[in-house]
Amino acid sequence: MAYVPLADQDQDMEMHHPHSWVEKYVWSQDHKVIAIQYGGLAVLTGIVGLVLSLLFRMQLGFPESVNFVDPNFYYQAVTMHGMIMVVYFLTALFLGGFGNYMVPLMLGARDMVFPFLNMMSVWTFLISVIILMASFFVGGGPTGAGWTLYPPQTAMAGTPGHDAGIILMLVSLIVFVVAFTMGGLNYVVTILQYRCRGMTLMRMPLTIWGIFVATVLGLFAFPALLVACIMMLFDALLGTSFFMPAVLEAGTPLDFEGGSPILFQHLFWFFGHPEVYIVALPAFGLVSDVLSVHARKNIFGYRMMVWAIIAIGGLSFIVWAHHMYVSGMNPYFGFFFATTTLIIAVPTALKVYNWLLTLWEGDIRLNAPMYFAIGFIFTFIHGGLTGLFLGNVVIDLPLSDTYFVVAHFHLVMGVSPILVLYAALYHWYPKISGRMYNETLAKVHFWLTFLGAYAIYLPMHYLGFLGVPRRYYALGNTDFIPLSAQDLNSSITIAALIVGASQILFFINIIGSLKWGKKADSNPWGAASLEWQTPDTPPVHGNWGENLPTVYRWAYDYSVPGAAEDFIPQNMPESDVTTAQYAKSSQGNDE
Amino acid sequence: MGLIKTVTEKPWERKGVIGGMVPEGTFAVTAERVALTFFLVIATVIFSLFMVSYYLRMELPDWEPLSEPAQLWFNTGLLIASSVLFQWSRNIVVRGDTRNLYTSFFGSGVLAILFIVAQMVTWNHLQAGGFYLSSNPAVAFYYLLTGVHALHLIGGLWVWSKCAIRLTSGGEPKEVRLSIQLCTIYWHFLLLVWIVLFAILANT
Repeated sequence: MAYVPLADQDQDMEMHHPHSWVEKYVWSQDHKVIAIQYGGLAVLTGIVGLVLSLLFRMQLGFPESVNFVDPNFYYQAVTMHGMIMVVYFLTALFLGGFGNYMVPLMLGARDMVFPFLNMMSVWTFLISVIILMASFFVGGGPTGAGWTLYPPQTAMAGTPGHDAGIILMLVSLIVFVVAFTMGGLNYVVTILQYRCRGMTLMRMPLTIWGIFVATVLGLFAFPALLVACIMMLFDALLGTSFFMPAVLEAGTPLDFEGGSPILFQHLFWFFGHPEVYIVALPAFGLVSDVLSVHARKNIFGYRMMVWAIIAIGGLSFIVWAHHMYVSGMNPYFGFFFATTTLIIAVPTALKVYNWLLTLWEGDIRLNAPMYFAIGFIFTFIHGGLTGLFLGNVVIDLPLSDTYFVVAHFHLVMGVSPILVLYAALYHWYPKISGRMYNETLAKVHFWLTFLGAYAIYLPMHYLGFLGVPRRYYALGNTDFIPLSAQDLNSSITIAALIVGASQILFFINIIGSLKWGKKADSNPWGAASLEWQTPDTPPVHGNWGENLPTVYRWAYDYSVPGAAEDFIPQNMPESDVTTAQYAKSSQGNDE
Repeated sequence: MGLIKTVTEKPWERKGVIGGMVPEGTFAVTAERVALTFFLVIATVIFSLFMVSYYLRMELPDWEPLSEPAQLWFNTGLLIASSVLFQWSRNIVVRGDTRNLYTSFFGSGVLAILFIVAQMVTWNHLQAGGFYLSSNPAVAFYYLLTGVHALHLIGGLWVWSKCAIRLTSGGEPKEVRLSIQLCTIYWHFLLLVWIVLFAILANT
């Protein structure tokens, strides 16, 4: 089988050049347009998830005065919020959005390996979102089974959306897995096979390492979700009993017998735990690059960072049952899963230390992306530390069904990745749009989001200690919970409303800056990695003009003694380092 | 490529172009081949998870073993023949030859279609015998596993039909060489999956 390296294809590489507006922006095969389509759709879906959370938070904070949230809608909102945020928002935005945009640019490729498949991926994702959203409009509404969709209650009367809602949810997830697989194959093969000259694996920016390992995790973990969804669909539609046990519904026995709900839980969490890292690893990568650029220092311990990403990815497949301690299991299993869970803390802590040491004595530029990146370190440490408690079986059992868990996973996989998303969006906005965003507005947005997030989630830990159960529509008369818990709940809701509203600042900023923003330089932060060295800003279809770049060094040559500037672009030959000013050496920037 | 060597490299020490002026993929094969390999791993994960579920579900008390129809041996024969013919057409096209290409290539596809039809016939027999999806988990798994396997084969046949159209509309054999090579790998993979599935179904 003849293997033709990428460089030899330079001249005659087949590019699908668009001929009309529709081909350029709608049926586009350009990875950058697809990235924006993917990201935009993910953000729109995420806004739905955010609004749902504000609605049920209002019920929790002010149960007396809020009368538009009934118990059914409460459970539907909680379920859809969870599923949307984890799968349709974070996964799609990190991998579909940033993965698509960054992979070819950071590797010096013209596009993804399979542009057509890439386009299919985004449109399939759209279909899955439409199916998901359709469930709001069918009889019975969307499923209210909780985002984990545990049988048997998913399919039983009494659970909202137990008929049409759950079917649409399962079908939507199956379609999403198909979309993700098409995209994921593209990222993995592009990273392995389409790197430019000199770009060895260990010269790739950590963003790419994060996206790469996360994609591999996704490719191997989403099949578990697929299998679980297919079998559950059979149970719900065709009367099989894979998961559904013999069960009474309102006193009458249903047609199911003998199925194993625990089997579903195993399949779900075999997907569900790696999913945490599918979201976290790209965030780790992106934040490493943002920290390094704005601290004007190379990332501390690059190799350790790569190994930690790989180690976390591998370990994430053998910890899933720590989500199932309360389901009951052989004590030796509990011991095994607690041990593996706590071992994950080692590579994770290593990454945190390396981020801190990257900041140490750096020439830190406190730009808005840096605010968000440093904010991430705070929320991630706090969320991670409570994970150490919950990883232990004996501590998890009393805390598992309380707000302590809600606080933990929202800090560690809600707020933390979202802060990274903002850091990354502000950081790469000048490259993506060709304009600068408004710095002041971005910083106001940061403080409202960061302090607001703490005002929401810090008190939740105390609610958890008090034993306030999660998932409850209302607390009612519960003796062991002091009345003051309700005050705390109200304050959390007020903070949530403020944080929710303050996200409008972000949209004002990025949309307004498209029109009124200062025109951006091709490399406003003085970053060394390849995506900032494109001849055009924003990069055009094909990315690199006539010739693909050649890489001479890793992506982290900042503040190198003796160099003419405080950063050396990856594509700058050694001979130019001491003499060349960036503006002269950057290839063919016509501005 | 030594994986350990690659990831222990110290990127801050080595400057300049590594590995000469020609960029190298991590693997010296085409991108399509790498993608197929990943896809096969994904499919393996999917089938493995189904099989694990099968074994776990089997331990529960309501399980009544299903005695698989003998026709499955015949179906297996069809799939083996299809795989053999595909290998033959691959060898022809790799040699750059065209003799017998049509026979072997179209023969393999037709046999694969026959396999799917034969599988559906066994489904009908089971249905006629009163074995429905909802009657027992063993039966449900039989339909599910054979169905998922058939769906994968139909996916392969979609690529096969694109090649067939290319060939019949006067395309050069070398245009479809890569597709035929990759399809052959996929066919062998599905044959292997089928044999494992069949062995598990027949022995439980």
